[in-house]
Amino acid sequence: MGTNQNVLGLIFASMHDDAIFDLTKLRTMGSVPFGGRYRLIDFPLSNFVNSGISQVGVITKRNYGSLLDHVGSGREWDLARKKGGLHLLPPFSHTSSAIYSGKLDALGNIWSFVEHSTAEYVVLTDCNVVTNIDYRPVVAAHIEAGADITAIYTKGYYDQSSDASATIFGIGGDGFVNDVMINPPMSGSCNMGLDMYVMSKDFLRRIVKESIARNRYSLRKDILLDRSASYKILAYEHSSYFSKIDSLVSYYNANLDLLDTEKRDALFAKNAPIFTKTKDNAPVRFGLEAHIKNSLIADGCVIEGKVENCILFRGVKIGKGSMVRDSIITQDGVIGEHCSIRNVITDKRVTIAGERQLTGSAGYPLFIGKGAEI
Amino acid sequence: MNNTKKEVVAMLLAGGQGSRLYALTHDMAKPAVPFGGKYRLIDFPLSNCTNSGIDTVGVLTQYQPLVLNEYIGGGEPWDLDRMNGGVHVLPPYESNSGASWYEGTANAIYQNISFIERYDPEYVVVLGGDHIYKMDYSKMVDYHKEQKADLTIAVLDVPRSEASRMGIMICDDEMRVTEFEEKPAQPRSTLASMGIYVFTWAKLKKYLIENENANTGSKDFGKDIIPAMLANGERLYAYTFEGYWKDVGTLDSLWDANMDLLAPSEPLNLYDKSWRIYSRHSNFPPQYIGSDAEVENAMITEGSVVHGKVDFSVIFGGVTIEPGATVRYSIIMPGTVIKSGAVVEYAIVGEDCVVGENAHIGRSPEEFGADRKEWGIAVTGHKITISAGKEVAPKEIVSESI
Repeated sequence: MGTNQNVLGLIFASMHDDAIFDLTKLRTMGSVPFGGRYRLIDFPLSNFVNSGISQVGVITKRNYGSLLDHVGSGREWDLARKKGGLHLLPPFSHTSSAIYSGKLDALGNIWSFVEHSTAEYVVLTDCNVVTNIDYRPVVAAHIEAGADITAIYTKGYYDQSSDASATIFGIGGDGFVNDVMINPPMSGSCNMGLDMYVMSKDFLRRIVKESIARNRYSLRKDILLDRSASYKILAYEHSSYFSKIDSLVSYYNANLDLLDTEKRDALFAKNAPIFTKTKDNAPVRFGLEAHIKNSLIADGCVIEGKVENCILFRGVKIGKGSMVRDSIITQDGVIGEHCSIRNVITDKRVTIAGERQLTGSAGYPLFIGKGAEI
Repeated sequence: MNNTKKEVVAMLLAGGQGSRLYALTHDMAKPAVPFGGKYRLIDFPLSNCTNSGIDTVGVLTQYQPLVLNEYIGGGEPWDLDRMNGGVHVLPPYESNSGASWYEGTANAIYQNISFIERYDPEYVVVLGGDHIYKMDYSKMVDYHKEQKADLTIAVLDVPRSEASRMGIMICDDEMRVTEFEEKPAQPRSTLASMGIYVFTWAKLKKYLIENENANTGSKDFGKDIIPAMLANGERLYAYTFEGYWKDVGTLDSLWDANMDLLAPSEPLNLYDKSWRIYSRHSNFPPQYIGSDAEVENAMITEGSVVHGKVDFSVIFGGVTIEPGATVRYSIIMPGTVIKSGAVVEYAIVGEDCVVGENAHIGRSPEEFGADRKEWGIAVTGHKITISAGKEVAPKEIVSESI
């Protein structure tokens, strides 16, 4: 894996916070826990690093304390670098930067950071798509096609009722986008945008400066939808496994997706690992009466009871005689003895005393907020 | 470079070949041997150092240092990447008086006097790299100061039957050491040395230089330095340690120590957040336990995929246990694959091995009835393939693929 000094990665860590407001009440999208030991920002960060992109900026908005704590100096992603490395870009971090409304004014706020990078190309991504992607062929295709913008999309089923932040592309035979719709009133198989874009720094500078002059701020509404500008938008298909998190149910399903070996192997590819902050937990200890089926279990857990179809994050304890099914128990959750738990999502440090019964449903999982004691 | 003075510097003797662990150490130094699911032996002394507030550690390496050097790296996992101090790997080197290997434990420290002097310490803690224990060295240093000792030796009160296999301290009522006996046939005390020393640096330096000039041939702490200090009436004190301590110098004791982690009484608690044992991580995803798996009484870590049966075993990172495979009373080191139908019992399987379909490693002692002499744990080294259907007998040590 070589380092590509010519590409800058930018992560919007606070977009889509409203989609899963339960989980973002005390944090931002990028620091939402996922997959047993990860935070959502680990996926874009690792994708950049695995693509040789070692200059990375993280643009945040609010509630970013947990995000700062998680990424620290970027050492765990090998981004504590002298050349490039990780830069956190919260509001008010640069001259004239303030709370922003959209991506374009957010970029305007931190433009001096982008300008001073050695990169000629910029890859932009949000934190709401969980996938493993190599950006090198995308950047190569962008250059080859002479595009203004390359938008990464996937072919999939779009349901207007569930996906509140969809960008749907029409694509011509030449591979360029000929139509763009945001949340169209329809359902069916579509080319769905993954909120990942490649642009040259020169082009990005132009649209950011022009948009600020016209008081525009949305990349999607003011640039992609603006057909009068006739930008050349290349569509690049990403066909391997992804999940898009736009609601608590999709968050729940995206986690449980990891119980599928094929999807898990695609996401945690051996040659492109997902990096995260280490916590120095001991291995999982399974007790004498433990009974585990089809579950993903992070280190530091102590399991004395029964667990089926679950994602257990680091440091979870399941007491004797308890039965936990179809649930997501995030970090340091403690479930006492003889409990029955099904279709539940518990946020960090939830304690459930003995002999409790909690049941949600697959289509509407029961969410228990951070630090709750039941 | 101008180093700040450090009151305490630790020197970790990690050069040992570990000949009694040979199947697991022919291509790595003993302190790099995997232990307890996600650790290597050296994680224990290094974590103890950092938890004790010792931030300057020299690791003396000699035998097969590649794996160990890479593992220690910059010392980040143990919080020992410091601008001032931190962990330093110290292999033998060539000086203007010539190059020489470390000839003994005392000689290894002697050759690194200049490293220690850079920090101008008051005390030097000397540690081994092959013991499993949690210990606050700062309390031992405090004791050393209170006793105004020149050398303090950590001791464990052992059963008399074990005393004849260890270095034994004979002490007066004040715990001042009056005599030292290496592996006495008739032990006069049950206070066994744990191989953990606190020296007043000025004294240690004097004795290291004298020992070097005397050219005894052994240049060893137990054989030379301690007897010489005793003979000269220096103040040697024993510091009694209470808690879990295990020498893992043999394959049997390595297996035992891993099994101790599964004991319901939890003699060694790895879940205590106030005294974490740190290790270098491999970026594995969480472990996956499949729908047909049966897992109980086990310790399993990240990156493992279990579809078979696991009971009373320690499974390291990145291990695959296929459907229909059985692992009981065993230790499976990182990256190993146990194929479908294979049985591994009472065994240690090294790193990156493949145990073929329906192969059978080890046997239960129950199959041997009263005649347990023929029984022992079976061991395969690292990067070994056991072909489908092959058997590895109890006590057998496999160091080449079969």
